[in-house]
Amino acid sequence: MTKESKSKFERPDGRETDEMRPMTAKVGIIPNADGSAMFSFGDTIAYAAVYGPKVMHPQHSQNPEKGTLRCNYSMLSFSVTERARPGPNRRSTEISKIMEWALEPVLIIDEFKSMVVDVHVNIIQANASTRCAAINAAAMALAHAGIPMKDLVSSVSIGKLDKQLVVDVSKKEEDWEEGEGATDIPITMTHEGELTHIQLDGKISGEQLREALEMARKATQEIYEVQKKALKESIG
Amino acid sequence: METPKLNAERIKKYIEHEKRFDGRALDEFREIVVETGISKNAEGSARVKIGKTEVLVGVKMDVTTPYPDSPDKGNLMVGAELTPLSSPRFESGPPKFPAIETGRIIDRIVRESKFIEMEKLCIKEGEKVWNVMIDIYSLNDDGNLLDAAGIGAIAALSASKIPKYDEEKEKVLFGEWSNKNIPLSKEVPVSITLYKIGSKFIVDPSLEEEDISEAKITIGRKGDYISSMQKGDLKPLTIQEMHQAIEVSERVYNDVLKKIEKQLK
Repeated sequence: MTKESKSKFERPDGRETDEMRPMTAKVGIIPNADGSAMFSFGDTIAYAAVYGPKVMHPQHSQNPEKGTLRCNYSMLSFSVTERARPGPNRRSTEISKIMEWALEPVLIIDEFKSMVVDVHVNIIQANASTRCAAINAAAMALAHAGIPMKDLVSSVSIGKLDKQLVVDVSKKEEDWEEGEGATDIPITMTHEGELTHIQLDGKISGEQLREALEMARKATQEIYEVQKKALKESIG
Repeated sequence: METPKLNAERIKKYIEHEKRFDGRALDEFREIVVETGISKNAEGSARVKIGKTEVLVGVKMDVTTPYPDSPDKGNLMVGAELTPLSSPRFESGPPKFPAIETGRIIDRIVRESKFIEMEKLCIKEGEKVWNVMIDIYSLNDDGNLLDAAGIGAIAALSASKIPKYDEEKEKVLFGEWSNKNIPLSKEVPVSITLYKIGSKFIVDPSLEEEDISEAKITIGRKGDYISSMQKGDLKPLTIQEMHQAIEVSERVYNDVLKKIEKQLK
């Protein structure tokens, strides 16, 4: 992508196409939890708390061969402009599962047989990319809880607005209607660069998708640095 | 109850001598910190910390039909969620009694004190009124979520703007706000919950103190009046003790009000 094509495309909030919203991260926000963290992309704020490893209830969900990661994603009713009904729904159930798939590959919990590590994430304020913020906060909370991990994961949404790829999609961009409309591609990667999660809604060529993966690789490295810094600060 | 018996007995013994583990007086609150405007998409929102106990409260509004018995008044809904994020004791799933009780008690504190001027939230009598929805979420339970929730509801309401409403299309423009606040009374209601341990009442219990209390009574006050009350748990109270509860709640109401008034918007 040349510098020129970058400057031609105007994002609603004036960001460069490869520019993330300001990120903040903090560890240890919930005293009761074994590990906790907040992560935000601009106006999207996620809180995560980890409890465990502990004995899995209900008992029939226990896996005697390895430990289980159980995620629970939920949006506060007032985190969105039109009140969200409290309680689980199809969307939150799917995102919870996606989070497990995104996070578990970097955990070393095989030895926690019949036990569970619970990760609870609440979205306090939403402006798109909530699942990415949730995964980023959860990864930090797991590390903060001292759960053995071989790597951290970082998550970002790549968007295609008309024909232009952008990083870290905002709500206004998610609702893009001009030209080819919006394609939203949330991606989670390990620091090593392996994908643990990808979803896509919209329309994109194989070639451009390859480009999107490169953008995600670069963005997740940036996020990784923010996560690492917050974790280091927590231990002084 | 998850507090070990040994601790329970020691706490009780201390309280009989009017002493608490953290050095507070029996009728003394921990530090209260109120912060409003913590979630941009809400009509109003607040974070309340009492010591390490923390809650988030948000207000959302929409337009609905009024209830048949109040055709010219707005509606109020209060819900509370004791999130599994906030304590190892809370589980996911349908709300259990403590969450329902919290929502119900806070509903009555707001409603019965007439804090919201409901008649000003009528758009067209019998057809369209504003619906005020208050949602309470626990972030960290270290005792006394109930009073934190009450303060949070009041703070969030005080910071709320009414959304824009398109009268022609009869539609709420979510995400856009008018410059009007929710109409509120000048005096602020606060609920104080007293917990009975042994022969004494305490306020603002720690988690352990809450565990070992045998009865509680929430008294909602506004100015000189009591406007809501609920006794919880099994231990009966004598009339003498009720006299005492009323007196203590008045004193503590004034203390707490002084602490939070400057922090309200």
